[in-house]
Amino acid sequence: MAKKKREVQEINASSMADISFLLLIFFLVTTSMATDKGLSRKLPAPVPEDQKTEKEVEINKRNIMMVLINSSDLLMVNGDVMPINKLKEKAKEFIANPSNSGSLPAKVAEEIPFMGTMMITKDHVISLQNDRGTSYQAYINVQNELVAAYNELREELSRQKFGSAYSELDEDRQKAIQQVYPQRISEAEPKNYGQQNQGGAQ
Amino acid sequence: MAKFRKDGGKKLPAISTSSLPDIIFMLLFFFMTTTSMKEVTLMVDQKMPEATELQKLEKKSLVKYVYIGTPKKEQQKAYGQESRIQLDDQFANNPNEVEKYIATKRAAMKEEDQPFMIVSLKVDKDTKMGIVTDVKQALRNAYALKINYTAMQRANNY
Repeated sequence: MAKKKREVQEINASSMADISFLLLIFFLVTTSMATDKGLSRKLPAPVPEDQKTEKEVEINKRNIMMVLINSSDLLMVNGDVMPINKLKEKAKEFIANPSNSGSLPAKVAEEIPFMGTMMITKDHVISLQNDRGTSYQAYINVQNELVAAYNELREELSRQKFGSAYSELDEDRQKAIQQVYPQRISEAEPKNYGQQNQGGAQ
Repeated sequence: MAKFRKDGGKKLPAISTSSLPDIIFMLLFFFMTTTSMKEVTLMVDQKMPEATELQKLEKKSLVKYVYIGTPKKEQQKAYGQESRIQLDDQFANNPNEVEKYIATKRAAMKEEDQPFMIVSLKVDKDTKMGIVTDVKQALRNAYALKINYTAMQRANNY
């Protein structure tokens, strides 16, 4: 009896390649998905050279909300010192003017798709001004609160009119809501208050 | 001919594929390392500010980065401790250099993508606004108006 020498059977490793390919593809996809997050803003176009004189557009005082941040990160809104956690409510009240107050922005009737005629504070402006010594975190906090105010108002309107979240609406409906609450945050031309105060003999 | 075939009756041994996974693993590691290496080496210290209303930045090819912060420890001897602007792998000496940087970056983009360029400002949270304002003015002059302030998600709200 000739005994055949039996070899140990090898484990089939051909599928290993597929598994690692799968891993490879997974990593390729996930690494490109890890995008940065941040606050998106749009800067105003530069002022042409020949118009650089101090010619400010007259805006009715009730339509403007002045937000100032000083070099020690303190906040002043329309002449009153305000802690940052109150800013959002204040901004919401200013943007929407729910009580039709005479000291808050004027409302204009406008035809909005899907919603008919709405009263809109069309000409409101939130004017943001900071000092050169303001810290970046304070600036971002204020920007964040203002954007949050708009986002909350839009969310509320979306729930009220369409019964679903703003992010789930189609593009046309989102545009309509943006028309009701247009984001109007203006950043004043930079001025150097902190240093002026230091230089000025007071 | 037939004789030959009879002699070589043994089957050809299959080519061993056991090393294939290793090769692909090597590829995997290569891609894993290169994807994180793609960003520039930071020469400034950065701790992002925190915020809640964040939007994702999609389409990386449209995004150009400007970094601002205090130089890292190794760089402080040469560049001091003042906040500085980093463009690609170099420090800018002057905020006006941002303008030129944006112009070259824009020229390198595809023409149909140029109007959609977004500039991502990666700024350390302790930076003073002065330098940021200078950069913003330079961006305005370069007509790079879409910007994004990179921030981290904050869990709690005020």
